[in-house]
Amino acid sequence: MNALVVIPVALPLVAAAAGFLFHRWPRIQERIALGASVALAGASCALLWVVRREGLLVTRLGAWPMPHGVVFVADLLSALLVCAVALLGLAVVIYASASVGKRRRAFGLHPLVQVLLAGACGVLLTADLFNLFVWFEVMLIASFVLLALGGTPSQLAGATKYVTLNLLASTFLLCGIGLVYGLTGTLSYADLARTLSSTRPDGPFSAAAFLLMAALAIKSAAFPFFFWLPASYHTPPPAMAALFAGLLTKVGVYAMIRCATMLFPEELQRASVLVAFVAGATMLTGVLGAAAQKDMRRILSFHIVSQIGYMLMGVAIWGVRGLGGAVFFLLHNMAAKPALFLSVGVVEHDRGSSALHTLGGLARQRPVASLLFLVPALSLAGLPPLSGFAGKLVLVRAGLDGGLWLVTSVALAVSLLTLYSMIKIWLKAFWSPDPRGDDAPPPRDTPRRMIAPLAAVAAATVALGVLAEPVAALCFDAAAQLLDREAYAQAVFAAGEGR
Amino acid sequence: MLSALVGVLFAASIYLMLRHSTVKILIGLSLLGHAANLFVFSAAGPHRRDPPVIPSGEEAVSHPVADPLPQALILTAIVITFAVVVFAVVLVHRTHQTTGVRDVDSLAKRE
Repeated sequence: MNALVVIPVALPLVAAAAGFLFHRWPRIQERIALGASVALAGASCALLWVVRREGLLVTRLGAWPMPHGVVFVADLLSALLVCAVALLGLAVVIYASASVGKRRRAFGLHPLVQVLLAGACGVLLTADLFNLFVWFEVMLIASFVLLALGGTPSQLAGATKYVTLNLLASTFLLCGIGLVYGLTGTLSYADLARTLSSTRPDGPFSAAAFLLMAALAIKSAAFPFFFWLPASYHTPPPAMAALFAGLLTKVGVYAMIRCATMLFPEELQRASVLVAFVAGATMLTGVLGAAAQKDMRRILSFHIVSQIGYMLMGVAIWGVRGLGGAVFFLLHNMAAKPALFLSVGVVEHDRGSSALHTLGGLARQRPVASLLFLVPALSLAGLPPLSGFAGKLVLVRAGLDGGLWLVTSVALAVSLLTLYSMIKIWLKAFWSPDPRGDDAPPPRDTPRRMIAPLAAVAAATVALGVLAEPVAALCFDAAAQLLDREAYAQAVFAAGEGR
Repeated sequence: MLSALVGVLFAASIYLMLRHSTVKILIGLSLLGHAANLFVFSAAGPHRRDPPVIPSGEEAVSHPVADPLPQALILTAIVITFAVVVFAVVLVHRTHQTTGVRDVDSLAKRE
């Protein structure tokens, strides 16, 4: 039993329980959340380090023989993403303690964030399909409450759509899992990988594959299932929007990659044209939707959708380079996107609105905050030396080598349109004169606990870009590990026989 | 018989979810949960009915027995569905209280 694999799930859950016990004392709650997040960040970095040195870490909970029982496995991909989740969680917890209003915090914001982190880590570390579903639900229920917390009319309207469509996706996921079990008699990734690589089950296996992929496509907001995202992500406080932007859809993409590599790699490669089409359409609709918006938060919400398309493009390209590119892009997005939402939070803290027509003159009045918007914005658009450039370079080169010309050119065009959106925000909100004229009140001080996490997340996108070489090598290793499913199965079964 | 029931449940829930009223969508959601649970149940082969209990004095079961795992899965799924539907009921109620709207189209204007 290797405790390090379970800590990223157990720690936030314990912290959440402890937090709810102290629901009358928001201050203690906040301390607990902060302490737990720091510990989680430390534990997940240790996990990444160990996995990188020793390979797969497998933990069986209970003494069930393989392939029964609940198994947690950390491979390089899981460990990388758990690390990103934990660090982002820490930044958001600090930011939220300064930016979110008292009432929302009194209703248990901090414990709920911990539940969300536990769910995300659970999805990333579990090694069977049904637990994937359960942890997804844990994460979703926490996000439902966080989205609706505060109860403003716009939040409730957004939450209604979000809840309905995500419930639908969960039902599809459950049906897909039921079908897979009916056809193969097992749900553990390792056992499924072994069974499915030797025999093809009779019956509607492709229906099961489609159900799983459709459900995960809804959860990761891919075309044509993305409508819930722009309808809801602009409504909660920016700290929560940043957390959602960095976690929820990305975990969906992770689950998609995991299912595709473990269960049906051949089928997916045969359907690569379809995946490439979905990827291209996701990029295009997202970026065009953003072009029509006039509010910072709404523009950024649409860009989440368009960025998902790049990750799917990596999945369509397949191979070490394609999947590695997708993993790198996931990491890039888990830094750049939250940084943008956090900087919108700073703007809103100052001006009380994020609608472009009310903004202006921020570059002169708030030089630091403006810089902290500009860096992740240019990273999102893909300018060197930031992380977006490195991610797109890897994907575009892999796409050209793989012969997927059309989707690669769409990716490049969408990059330009992303730059257009970012420049639109920059020109209007930061560079144009203040629409309030000279009688504008002096800028409000931004608490340091808001600026510091924002600066850290923005620095992460710079670091990912500057250190692109070693990070990309790590991502390629993760992809190679993913593609070798026999080695994965062997490692898991060997751990099962060990005791 | 079971599969026909699953089909009817899915059809009814999807019809309800396409309606305008949020309350009907809510009923559709809870039906959808039942449909999915029954679907998992039927996908795991309900024709083997005997309980998976080893008779006393024997080492293993000698005849085909029901697979207990899908039922355990469904049990978990029922709990989750129940929790989420309860949350959705409260959410719809609160939405109606604060916005005074029960229609999805006018809800879209309130974002």
